[in-house]
Amino acid sequence: MEKTYTVLVFTENSIGMMNRITIIFTRRHLNIDSITASESEVKGVFRYTIVLRTNKSQVDKVIGQLEKLIDVLKAFVHKDSDIVHQEIALYKIKSETLTNGDVEKVIREHHARILTVDPKFMVIEKTGHVEETQLLFEKLKPFGMLEFARSGRVAVTKPMKELSMYLEELEESN
Amino acid sequence: MNTTKITGAQAVMKSLVAENVNTIFGYPGGAIMPIYDALYDYEDNINHILVRHEQGAIHAAQGFARTSGKTGVVFATSGPGATNLITGLADALIDSTPLVCITGQVASHLLGTDAFQETDVVGISMPITKWNCQVTKAEDIPAAIAKAFYIAQSGRPGPVLIDITKDAQFGEMNFTYEKCTAIRSYRPKPKLNRVVVEEAAKLINEAKKPYLLIGQGIMLSNAEKELVAFIEKTGIPVASTLLGLGAFPQNHPLYVGYLGMHGDYAPNIKTNECDVLIAVGMRFDDRVTGDVSRYAKQAKVIHVDIDAAELNKIIIADVAVHADAKEALNLLTELTKKKQHNSWLQEFNDAKKVEVETLQESAKELHSEELKMDEVIKMLSELTNREAVVVTDVGQHQMMTARYYQYNKTKSNVTSGGLGTMGFALPAAIGAKFGVPDKPVVAIIGDGGFQMTLQELGTILQSKVDVKIIILNNRFLGMVRQWQQMFFEKRYSFTNMVSPDFVALAKSYSIQAAKIEIREDLKENLLKMLNHNGPYLLEVMVAKEENVFPMMTTGASVSEVRLN
Repeated sequence: MEKTYTVLVFTENSIGMMNRITIIFTRRHLNIDSITASESEVKGVFRYTIVLRTNKSQVDKVIGQLEKLIDVLKAFVHKDSDIVHQEIALYKIKSETLTNGDVEKVIREHHARILTVDPKFMVIEKTGHVEETQLLFEKLKPFGMLEFARSGRVAVTKPMKELSMYLEELEESN
Repeated sequence: MNTTKITGAQAVMKSLVAENVNTIFGYPGGAIMPIYDALYDYEDNINHILVRHEQGAIHAAQGFARTSGKTGVVFATSGPGATNLITGLADALIDSTPLVCITGQVASHLLGTDAFQETDVVGISMPITKWNCQVTKAEDIPAAIAKAFYIAQSGRPGPVLIDITKDAQFGEMNFTYEKCTAIRSYRPKPKLNRVVVEEAAKLINEAKKPYLLIGQGIMLSNAEKELVAFIEKTGIPVASTLLGLGAFPQNHPLYVGYLGMHGDYAPNIKTNECDVLIAVGMRFDDRVTGDVSRYAKQAKVIHVDIDAAELNKIIIADVAVHADAKEALNLLTELTKKKQHNSWLQEFNDAKKVEVETLQESAKELHSEELKMDEVIKMLSELTNREAVVVTDVGQHQMMTARYYQYNKTKSNVTSGGLGTMGFALPAAIGAKFGVPDKPVVAIIGDGGFQMTLQELGTILQSKVDVKIIILNNRFLGMVRQWQQMFFEKRYSFTNMVSPDFVALAKSYSIQAAKIEIREDLKENLLKMLNHNGPYLLEVMVAKEENVFPMMTTGASVSEVRLN
């Protein structure tokens, strides 16, 4: 059965890592819904957060292939219930709409905030799950959406084992 | 530490010497010229084989690695030189062959500019190498090469590619070389988990009909002796995959045959009758399993592999042993009871009898006057005392050789298994000869595959390579034709093949050659070929429309083997 899975991959900081990771999904004809990458809490170790819909057996095999990559330290797969995750969305709308009282109400109700106001446009920011940022998008759309951008998912896991512990285990096993 | 300023190109050579490399297969070109210039000073230490096409270089390196157990080394230039390696990289990855390929690249300031002979070989080869990298600074060369050899050889071996820009080859650096022995993110050698092996041993000890499947992993782990010890203690019948042939002596009473689509009858059907199936160093390829939903469902499965990604990939194992085959077999031998399984073994022998009799009947009926592939292979097996290194290409002749050459020696079987690369055999045989110069090397090739890489006859000529070449000529792309006959109503779409005069062709390369068409000439000509001092080509005209049986057709289960 298809479900949403979040794959976390920890890698060394080497050129082409993103490509090495994504071709493993491509080969199995798996479409990635979102991907984010940044340095983790350990200096020099990068963290990729990949969201996709597939079944358990496929995603388990992907984890096996990811861990086979020389520069991958560890890969994990999580269900949504195992992680705390968030996305950020930016909405650019015309400043003149601010005089319309409804916009202020929408921003308040959605706990969004105004990042900047220019004579011509303003930028609103909302963090949350995709359903929440999407809902705000629908609400703001009637006022005229100049631009909209949403990040991929970032996530931390609920279990307490830390990356540094895995790194220690890796170094011991070598 | 001894440090002197040298160029990056010289550092490449010194690094290779530090890795004990004595044979390189390659082809020069613009972007790798500094390295070739450095190579010029190593004529006494390093044997560079100039091939006729880079695909030939990489297949030769594969043949070298497969027979010698060492890492094959390849040089190629940028652009087309590098892209010509692609088929070999894919072949070596799927067949777990250790290679280090060094490609030249345009100067780093030209990267990404569509410069002459620039191609993104690192990008192209990413999915078909175990690891690859690009080096743009001379000082990074030794560490990259050290890492490359470590990765290529350790764990499940595979091909590695290092792309070195021309300015890095020219650049100066202080040379020091340190062998790579560990990489934080890479664990090639799993720790043997005793508890898991104990579970496996318990299943084996309780089994009434245990059955062992072996693959190339036995040879890659140098576990041949450990395998014999385990088998002789436990009395378990052994069958082999295509790449595993030779890992266990085929004249051993517990050897029951060859697995797979054109494998032997007994080993295939017994997979669905055993109670414990033990697989060591093999990966349940679809040509072995047939329909996986009907594969060994009755059995408890024990799978031993060094590559964690292979465990539970195709067949879910009841006991998955992530381990080196040698270590796992050693411990299993210690933990298992001495046993014999005579009546179970007899079942294999009975099934074999059915196969042999049926095939004999078919041979009588079908155009018996024509010379057949299996006759050639059987005679070759006998005349070489079952001890030659036999290199095959892909197709009917390959399956016939796997079926009828009796491989008793380890690392004596070189073939393209996973990728099924036609054109593999001729260059691979050249490399195999350099891998084991003291052993006779015989390449068996079809008329189709031979014409894919026949330019390597030039390499045989120039480097005086003592390989024997048998072309089994059936004037068809036989395997495809067989499928067209069986599944496409004999619509022989583009499978008939017109060939040149192979004897004249060989002679134009100063290679002795002969052609035979009748059975009576076979033995004499095989002997003449084998006794000839130097390369020799023997073209054998065989039956045009012979089929390979037994056969497990696509979608069939291992229980559904067709004998005719």
